[in-house]
Amino acid sequence: MAVRVSSIGHFLERETLVYRRLWHGTVFSAFVGPALFLVAMGKGLGGYVGANPALGGVDYLDFVAPGILCASVMQMAGADGLWPVMGRIQWDKQYVGVVTSPITPAELAVGFLTWESVRALLVAVAFLLVASAVGGLASPFAVLAAPVCMLLAVAMSGPLAAWSSSRTSDRSFAIIFRLGIIPLFLFSGTFFPVTQLPGWAQPLAQLSPLYHAVELARAATTGHARDAVAIVGHVLVLCGVALGGAVAAQRAFTRRLSS
Amino acid sequence: MPGEPLVVGRALTKRFGDFVAVDGIDVEVRPGETFGFLGPNGAGKTSTMRMIGCVSPRSGGDLRVLGMDPATDGPRIRARLGSVPQEDNLDLELSVWDNLMIYGRYFGLPRPVIRERATELLDFFQLAERRDDQVDPLSGGMKRRLTVARGLVNAPDLFLLDEPTTGLDPQARHLLWERLYQLKRRGVTIVLTTHYMDEAEQLCDRLVIMNAGRIVAEGSPRDLIRQHSTREVVELRFLDADEHDRALDRVAGVGERIESLTDRVVIYTHDGDTTVKELAQRGLAAESAYVRRSTLEDVFLRLTGRALEE
Ligand SMILES: Nc1ncnc2c1ncn2[C@@H]1O[C@H](COP(=O)(O)OP(=O)(O)OP(=O)(O)O)[C@@H](O)[C@H]1O
Ligand SMILES: [Mg+2]
Repeated sequence: MAVRVSSIGHFLERETLVYRRLWHGTVFSAFVGPALFLVAMGKGLGGYVGANPALGGVDYLDFVAPGILCASVMQMAGADGLWPVMGRIQWDKQYVGVVTSPITPAELAVGFLTWESVRALLVAVAFLLVASAVGGLASPFAVLAAPVCMLLAVAMSGPLAAWSSSRTSDRSFAIIFRLGIIPLFLFSGTFFPVTQLPGWAQPLAQLSPLYHAVELARAATTGHARDAVAIVGHVLVLCGVALGGAVAAQRAFTRRLSS
Repeated sequence: MPGEPLVVGRALTKRFGDFVAVDGIDVEVRPGETFGFLGPNGAGKTSTMRMIGCVSPRSGGDLRVLGMDPATDGPRIRARLGSVPQEDNLDLELSVWDNLMIYGRYFGLPRPVIRERATELLDFFQLAERRDDQVDPLSGGMKRRLTVARGLVNAPDLFLLDEPTTGLDPQARHLLWERLYQLKRRGVTIVLTTHYMDEAEQLCDRLVIMNAGRIVAEGSPRDLIRQHSTREVVELRFLDADEHDRALDRVAGVGERIESLTDRVVIYTHDGDTTVKELAQRGLAAESAYVRRSTLEDVFLRLTGRALEE
């Protein structure tokens, strides 16, 4: 499946045009929401938590800031991979229109994922600015959290878009959200370390792309990255899921939109 | 090479699982002509159009569009096609104008070129006043016109329209026919599908009648009528089913052929008035007797035993 960069660019023009018009509608969910979380949890709750060795030698605000960032990106990308994809294929059908142009379904899938990563970048940049003002960043390496968020967005929305583009009804989506995305949100080392999970559940966290993203982002924002092997491992898992998801989404879009 | 057909299908087949939607058809569309696929629901028109439009891979046979193979050259072919799908798929998040601009960008066309064409197309399809409106609140007919306009943004060599006028009011239909004539005069090759006989007779130089995935007849509208029907038709309507059934015995042998439909009896004849007189001599009293010229509808009925419009 050859993917032409020019096609991706043409498709992104559409997304940026819509975004330029509608971005204020996403301000709360994408920017203000995570910032409020940061203040409430980092400052408010963090005041009670105090220093705890399980946090890895940082205070709670520093610990939770990358968790909140990644969890927000994960939730946004997760939701985007479900209903909007179904809508654009089956309800409004604008994707059906796109593929009558020279853009192929595989290119459309990559364009969609590229746009998800751009949105994650915007969320990350805004969040990092707020966090640096509030005091949730301890290291200049914090900027590296941004590419982590971009990868995470692809790792979430890719597999989900592959799923939703192969469905004819959104019946399963609410269950995926409740039983998949929300547990990931809570139990991926976002708000408390995975070592607090019961023993049997700790290996399960390894299956969560969010867990690997949080670990990486946390290493970046706190500057505590003692275990180079673990870092490489997280990068590999995240890249693997993102790549696998992208391939699956391309296949699924092709099967559905050129049937 | 001029004169080379723009579409050539040989034993073209489309299967969905075990179901055969297009069953080995042969088609050829020549440059500059308007070519029609006529047929009832489920005949395989859309499946065929989607294969020609390079958005649906063929399951068998051979297909060349603009001299290329859709299986390997889809994007290059689509760059030169205009597509009006059966169901509108406009971008509801964009304005009328941006629908044209963005679609043009999908083809990689330079913005000034798209702007010029979009302005012209909105005039051409009488949508200029709605230029800055969102698409969703437009009426169905306006959306349809915009979909047709969008299909012309890339100045296609081959324009594919799947039921372009379904759901349009008579005035909008005639506007669209008028526009299609103009395009044809400019040399654009047009392939369309329709349920409407009058549309096919008005627009198509040549057409095929499809039924259950096969082509059952092919030719110009006039040829088809000449080959498969008589010059005129007498339609008899009766007060009730009993009258209708009683009349069937009486009319036997009148005209060339007789077809009994649920709501009427149709007599195919070379001379309608003579036939009506003959019926009167036989003492047959229909509630109404109506003489008209044969249409493609009659051809279709003859070939498939089914009415075209449901
Ligand atoms: N994606 C699909 N999966 C399974 N069957 C399909 C699919 N698309 C079409 N069919 C079947 O193929 C047959 C032909 O459908 P098609 O849409 O080509 O008919 P059509 O001539 O365009 O009919 P209409 O006048 O109703 O638009 C139908 O029986 C339809 O149910
Ligand atoms: Mg159809």
